[in-house]
Amino acid sequence: MSRCRLVCLVALLFVLVACHEGEQPVAPGPRLPGVPAYGDSIVVGSIGEPSTLLPLLASDSASRDVAGEIYNGLVRYDRNLKLEGDLAERWEISRDGLIITFHLRRGVKWHDGQPFTSRDVLYTYRVTIDPRTPTAYAENFKQVKRAEAPDPYTFMVTYAKPFAPALESWGVEILPAHLLEGKDITRSELARRPVGTGPYCFKEWVAGQKLVLESNHDYYEGRPYIDRYVYRIIPDTATMYMELKSGGLDMMGLTPVQYQRQTTTKEFLSRFNKYRYPASAYTYLGYNLRHPLFSDRRVRQALTSAINKDEILQGVQFGMGQVAHGPYKPGTWPYNPNVKDFSYNPDRARALLAEAGWRDRNSDGILVKDGKSFSFTILTNQGNDERLKTALIIQQRLKAVGIEVKIRTIEWASFLKNFIDKGDFQAVILGWTIGQDPDLYDVWHSSKTGPRELNFVGYKNAEMDRLIEKGRGTFDLEERRRCYYRIQEILAEDQPYTFLYVPDALPVVSARFRGIKPAPAGIMYNFIKWYVPKGEQLY
Amino acid sequence: MLYYLAKRLLLMIPLLIGITIITFGVIHLAPGEPVEMQVAMNPKVSAEARERLRKFYELDKPLHIQYGKWVGRLVRLDFGRSFAPDGRPVIEKIRERLPVTISLNMIVLILEFALAIPIGVMAATHRDGPLDRWATVFVFLGFATPLFWLSLILMYLFGVKLGVLPISGLHSLGYEAHGIWWQAVDLAKHLVIPISVATFGSLAGLSRYMRTGMIEVLGQDYITTARAKGLSERVVIYRHALRNALLPAITILGLSVPGLIGGSVIFESIFAIPGMGKLFMDGVMARDYPLVMGVLVIGAVLTLIGNLLADLAYAVADPRIRHGRERAL
Repeated sequence: MSRCRLVCLVALLFVLVACHEGEQPVAPGPRLPGVPAYGDSIVVGSIGEPSTLLPLLASDSASRDVAGEIYNGLVRYDRNLKLEGDLAERWEISRDGLIITFHLRRGVKWHDGQPFTSRDVLYTYRVTIDPRTPTAYAENFKQVKRAEAPDPYTFMVTYAKPFAPALESWGVEILPAHLLEGKDITRSELARRPVGTGPYCFKEWVAGQKLVLESNHDYYEGRPYIDRYVYRIIPDTATMYMELKSGGLDMMGLTPVQYQRQTTTKEFLSRFNKYRYPASAYTYLGYNLRHPLFSDRRVRQALTSAINKDEILQGVQFGMGQVAHGPYKPGTWPYNPNVKDFSYNPDRARALLAEAGWRDRNSDGILVKDGKSFSFTILTNQGNDERLKTALIIQQRLKAVGIEVKIRTIEWASFLKNFIDKGDFQAVILGWTIGQDPDLYDVWHSSKTGPRELNFVGYKNAEMDRLIEKGRGTFDLEERRRCYYRIQEILAEDQPYTFLYVPDALPVVSARFRGIKPAPAGIMYNFIKWYVPKGEQLY
Repeated sequence: MLYYLAKRLLLMIPLLIGITIITFGVIHLAPGEPVEMQVAMNPKVSAEARERLRKFYELDKPLHIQYGKWVGRLVRLDFGRSFAPDGRPVIEKIRERLPVTISLNMIVLILEFALAIPIGVMAATHRDGPLDRWATVFVFLGFATPLFWLSLILMYLFGVKLGVLPISGLHSLGYEAHGIWWQAVDLAKHLVIPISVATFGSLAGLSRYMRTGMIEVLGQDYITTARAKGLSERVVIYRHALRNALLPAITILGLSVPGLIGGSVIFESIFAIPGMGKLFMDGVMARDYPLVMGVLVIGAVLTLIGNLLADLAYAVADPRIRHGRERAL
């Protein structure tokens, strides 16, 4: 009898799982906007736990996400990704571009009630460049020749030469001088109990489980509508998705397959709103330009022609993204919409390869030149399924034009140390985040090709160098744009990478939250204006 | 006996030193440094910043000096500060995670013994019968099923479909506002699935040991004698046979001690339980040497103690071993 019951139970389990998406449709319908009201909590899921809430010391995205709600910078990016004043009401740049004067907002208070002044800004600058501070972010501030605070609401920085990314660099979180000055920042308890000026104050941190922030009623832009911001740490994405469905989470990022296939029922759509906009990142196939196989530009052009980027986008991202032709995000000001690199055309690929001397001499399907067959290995880091799939698709397409591709995945640390740092690779599939400032110095300038530097493919182009230097040396937006437009033309022609795709960010938010207005900057930029109408508040 | 204990304890010291040297060496052999893991491929980080970080963590010093400093702190029971950006003392990080992991593992261990021993005994007494076969199928099903898969299915079934159990974590949101009783029920609800799954997965080993041990004992002459003198089957099995068949279980119990502080990464990740497994794994991935060494040292000490306890318990339970040793001394 009990045997039979066990069998039945197991069978039932399978049936229940099999009829996975058979949810009963609940009458959906657009929810009315309702009246903005204070109250309720938002529960956000994150796979990582913040390491420290002193953002100066943190380099992980979870820390930065949470710190972003607690602190402010002098400047920030608005909904259209243009710089606007944050703690600085306004700023002036001297005619020669060397001095930036920030006029600070008056009446801003730290969460403990102390006033915010230029002393805090000066302290943040000093502690960042202090060689004893273990921060990874001193570089931009190193360009500063002199920083001074002539009065409590004015802050002036002088640069040795005009440096366009400088303005953005003052978007770093300003730290409270009155709590940190004269103390060892690495031992400060503010790392676990931060005090900022931002829209949310720190409430509690339960290690490994959650962080709770509470709205700052004295916030200079006004009290945020949502009272509590709960950051739950759920390391597994499948679990996170189930938490979302069962109501344990209000917001998370979806994967393309979840967006396209698993969240399309009426029931789901009546409870959640899905959003979609380009993420600030791109995936690429990078060639080691020091390697004889890839030194000929025609070969690289042929490789790009042989790869069908649309197919990769469909296969890997379920179409959730855009084909990339260069290092910028489509729709942002430095992005040059006129640049299109080599579209998918295997015939052109074969012709270019033949021109470069690669021919199938022994009719085994693999191209040969100087007695060597065209065979190379694509490396990528272990654990990134999307990159592996991309590599597999590329492997098939290149085989069609007579190139043999092998694929290897390697654990991240060893990938960097044994292959990238030593320049011992042929091609890699990796991704870059696209910075808000379009400066490309670190990744594309010829001076950055040394070991452990980021131009690891070894790209050197004198015109490119000149344009990069010019672009970061002026604050004139039009002039910068001209530089970056030209840079994209050069990259499209030279193909040091085959730029593959820009994925979409796919956040999903519980439908009870209103006031979300998607913009080029995403959805979080106006978080303090989100609200839940009184009748729908949950917590 | 005391002499034996003292000798065993003293022998642990060189063993422990050996363990630390080897683990310290092996960890540093793994490619990548803590600094590298934090800042690699980040355009905002200059070479100078890397050097600054390396210096801060004293990674620029030769390995034997790093080891010396580490041991120097350890003898003062200072596990050092984590290399993670928060730079908190390692012991604090471990203390945060340890209670959860130990309590969970204890519960699972108790359930494992409470279930596996009867299953093993039952299988042995019904040897080759249907009950034995079904028990075997059941425990091996637990052994062979990927637990993460089973967990996800149960979470989906009870959490999403039926909505009767929470999916992950240890507490519901806002549980602080409720009374102690409500909190206890809430915690229990959160633990039902993880504990059931973990117990299910752990039954195979012990129950098989019990079955084999029991079958062997049941074939002994003294069991035949006991039966011959007319004792009831119940007394034969539970009074005479079980005591002897339990010996391997004691060894397993001893060897389970170090396991108490270890957690499964996959398990903890799936259920979002902040335990030692995840802490250790993250430490390894970030090359957080002090943290990794801290966890390993505690694990090593517990393993040694567990072995010692098992040996001692063995001696207490089995007079043959006890007397054999005393004669040998």
